[in-house]
Amino acid sequence: MAVVSSTKPGVRRERVRDTRTRSAPRRSRRRTERLVVDAVLLVVTVVFLVPLAWLVLASFNGTADLRVRVPHPFTLDNFHRVLNSDITYRPVLNGLILCGGATALCVVCAVLAAYPLSRYESRYKRPFLLSILFTTGLPITAVMVPVYAMFVQVNLIDTMYGTILFLGSSALPFAIWLTKNFMDGVPLVLEEAAWTDGATSLQTLRHVVVPLMWPGITVVTIFTFLSMWGNFFVPFFLLLSPDQLPASVSILNFFSSRGTVDYGQLAAFSTIYSAPVVVLYAVMSRVLGGSSALGGALKG
Amino acid sequence: MRSWTARPGDGAVTATSGPGAGVLPHPPGALTATSRTRRTVLRGLPLLPSVVLMLIFLAGPIAYCVYYAFTDMRLTGASATHFVGFGNFTKAFGDANFRNAVWLTLVFTVLSSIVGQNVLGLFLAALMRNASRGVRAAASTVVVVSWVIPEVVAAYLLYAFFRREGELNTILRVLHLPQQNWLFTLPIVAVSVANVWRGTAFSMLVYSAALQEIPADITEAAEVDGAGRWRKLWHITLPMIRRSIGTNLMLNTLQTLSVFGLIFVMTRGGPGNRSETLPLYMYEQAFQDSLIGYGTAVALMLLVVGGLFSVLYLRLLRTEV
Repeated sequence: MAVVSSTKPGVRRERVRDTRTRSAPRRSRRRTERLVVDAVLLVVTVVFLVPLAWLVLASFNGTADLRVRVPHPFTLDNFHRVLNSDITYRPVLNGLILCGGATALCVVCAVLAAYPLSRYESRYKRPFLLSILFTTGLPITAVMVPVYAMFVQVNLIDTMYGTILFLGSSALPFAIWLTKNFMDGVPLVLEEAAWTDGATSLQTLRHVVVPLMWPGITVVTIFTFLSMWGNFFVPFFLLLSPDQLPASVSILNFFSSRGTVDYGQLAAFSTIYSAPVVVLYAVMSRVLGGSSALGGALKG
Repeated sequence: MRSWTARPGDGAVTATSGPGAGVLPHPPGALTATSRTRRTVLRGLPLLPSVVLMLIFLAGPIAYCVYYAFTDMRLTGASATHFVGFGNFTKAFGDANFRNAVWLTLVFTVLSSIVGQNVLGLFLAALMRNASRGVRAAASTVVVVSWVIPEVVAAYLLYAFFRREGELNTILRVLHLPQQNWLFTLPIVAVSVANVWRGTAFSMLVYSAALQEIPADITEAAEVDGAGRWRKLWHITLPMIRRSIGTNLMLNTLQTLSVFGLIFVMTRGGPGNRSETLPLYMYEQAFQDSLIGYGTAVALMLLVVGGLFSVLYLRLLRTEV
């Protein structure tokens, strides 16, 4: 997963020529410099790696504790123990329904909304886009208390569809913003042809624009899904009955329901729950050609 | 939504040939008032689902938030809701626990977002430019994976790391350094470090993109003029990426202000209230003590602070929307 894209080829060639023309002591200074940089970077990497290494090693360890150790004995037992409907299958399925439903809702609405925002001018467009950007910055955590009170009053509390509606809506501002930016990159020429043939705007959107911007839509979809899959506080506040909880909340049971924590099982469950995220992220950065493009999109 | 006009520079696409134009034979500008309204409504129609959803589920709760904040609402059912004016706010500022939460939120934000994620992110991005390919790939993969794994998992991993019998103390023992029960003695530092571990990748990605945009000839010119490493950083790199620094600081801060799950899983705000930032304080008041009105007042203050940062962010962006 080469996440940070490498320096541009032109720049690199420049640098190679540079070192060749330089004198020998200078070249060796460059080499030591690179060694120092590599060493420092490796140290930082190892520090970042320690918690991740614990996760993977403990999940295969029959006698896991809180230290990073080679599994002894190496076993798949932890996975066998958590792979049942109560601990893994139901929460993961709940998470899929919750996040899948909310992502579908969010992406469909965002694509529809992005079309007029990308294609037409209006005096309401600028204020609308600015309020959308403003909303992406608001701390959603702060809204949870009034949302909870509101859901109790209209009887949406502890319902899957209510939570899906809220999750989808709270992701909308950012999804609209991202989709609009991707849609701006689709040239108008083909649409003009469709328009003169008498296609309506919805037909144009479905048959011309969407097929042209599928990489953008893929990115928006994966990004939205990922942020929901990891979301803890929305289901934590809005869902109450244990059989509806997604994996992000049910993981708390490893601590509360049993007296002692089985760290091996906790690690195994965390690995299963995190794996789709890492895979989807890898897919997304492949689509984007390095996620620095996402950094650019995030900047607006 | 009214009066959508075709994008300037569309060339052949004038008002009459766009979708929903309704009446084709008219030359541009000759549309009657009714048909123009009709066209506008048709063009704005795809926005409707999003607008409805955002009004109900985002604007609605924010409006509710403003209303509840001035009441003594509880969800126990027995007591009726009364309007209490600024009572919740005066109560908050008189409460030592609230002031403690404000202070801890400030410490958490400065330590983890402004200093930690921001500086470390820039440092990593700068190092990666000069590192060899393999090291760069390994480092960015590890840092990004710790960013993309779910919040609760990250919280458990760092909880395991900081526990008394955890890995940090094991490493310190090997190095013959003093060990502590970190989650008990320095809980706010532990959760800040956790947030740095989790959030640095974002800054790193933003800064990597920004550093790539600095033209090579400028840095080379400075090298020819004999500028050292630090002068190059101070006089060239930092000024040239200052917009990215601004955006990144804003986004990090907004993100950090609303961190809940990470702290909740690691310490539950404890021990006592020594890592209880505003979101956790709000949660405790609203749900454990079922003071919805009071909790909402705290939420409103958080929203206002977030809103101010958000406005600052928009000004910094100065996008051409």
